[in-house]
Amino acid sequence: MNDVTTTPPAVDEQAAPRDAANWAKAVSRLNVSEVPEGVVNINVQGRRLTSPIQGFGKMWRKTYQVRLPAERVSATDVIAAWKQRFPDFWPQGNRFYAPLTGIQPGEVALLNLTLPGKMKLSTGVMVLYADETSFTLMTPQGHMFAGWITFSAVEADGETVAQAQVLMRASDPIFELGLTLGGHRQEDRFWQHALRALAAHFDHEAEVDTQVVCVDKRRQWSKWRNVWHSSAIRSTLYTMGAPRRAVKRLFTRDRAVV
Amino acid sequence: MPEAATTFDVREISPATGVIDIKGDITAHSEDVLMDAYARASREGVKAIVLNFSALDYMNSGGIGLLVTLLVRAQRQHQRVLAYGLSDHYRQIFELTRLDEAIAIHNTETDSLTAANKEHP
Repeated sequence: MNDVTTTPPAVDEQAAPRDAANWAKAVSRLNVSEVPEGVVNINVQGRRLTSPIQGFGKMWRKTYQVRLPAERVSATDVIAAWKQRFPDFWPQGNRFYAPLTGIQPGEVALLNLTLPGKMKLSTGVMVLYADETSFTLMTPQGHMFAGWITFSAVEADGETVAQAQVLMRASDPIFELGLTLGGHRQEDRFWQHALRALAAHFDHEAEVDTQVVCVDKRRQWSKWRNVWHSSAIRSTLYTMGAPRRAVKRLFTRDRAVV
Repeated sequence: MPEAATTFDVREISPATGVIDIKGDITAHSEDVLMDAYARASREGVKAIVLNFSALDYMNSGGIGLLVTLLVRAQRQHQRVLAYGLSDHYRQIFELTRLDEAIAIHNTETDSLTAANKEHP
């Protein structure tokens, strides 16, 4: 899967910075060129990326950490495995359709998530940044939160600390309500599961340290209109339209046979 | 955690404006030094914080996250954040992450200060 509808990168007259290859190129709107069969792509195509600045809800920084023995696992080992097997570490019922080329800057991945109430949500992320010891996924309009998640690993005091850090605001008032009514807890469980699975991949059993900081208690009421892009609403409408699409397909097939 | 190779010098340009000169790298590990610099620049009466990126060597996504946090703190104090000295590469990153919608980017310090003074003469 590939991104992108890009604006041409500005000509950089200076020497290329050492992180130039680590960042995604400028993107105006996301474009998913290859959609795996059976995967829904209703909330990513043509969407803009959103940082916490464009979100609605309170701003949170959530950090999940697991410690591994550095003599067995280096920081680069952790990130290499995390990139390669990213979907394998997710809890059941949630799917990450990794780009064919893997986690590379600018690539877009589709996600099918299960929310509280067994609600299915189709959305996606773009790889904003990737190097040997970290990578960052950024969300598009309509995702449950506006912001990014950085996965990183560092070696310190004989340990390799693997970390997932989310910097986010709920995208719209509905998601804000959902996060308040159990969504935050579910998200914590999600990333705690992922980090435990990552540690287990290295044959290590470890507890996950969780730190949650409310960076900004204010809600950005001017952003309530983000609800227009809500992947929850659009995914629900899409699911409700499934019988109609099935009948339509049936008739289309019959006509093709005749 | 390793400390980033960075210095943040603070200049008081006017009673309403503080400039932070960023030298080196901005990563997630720069949090303490960056927030300390912001606290020094953000004296009473300061209405605009100008970030000078002319000597920025490297910034990763953790660094962008720190700038968002700094922006939130400044907004809480009813301060504007402006920036200058960004290379084309980092300008693109500001656009990509849509940080440019909240941090006004200028070419030079003079432009930044003029813009800051227009709002708060």
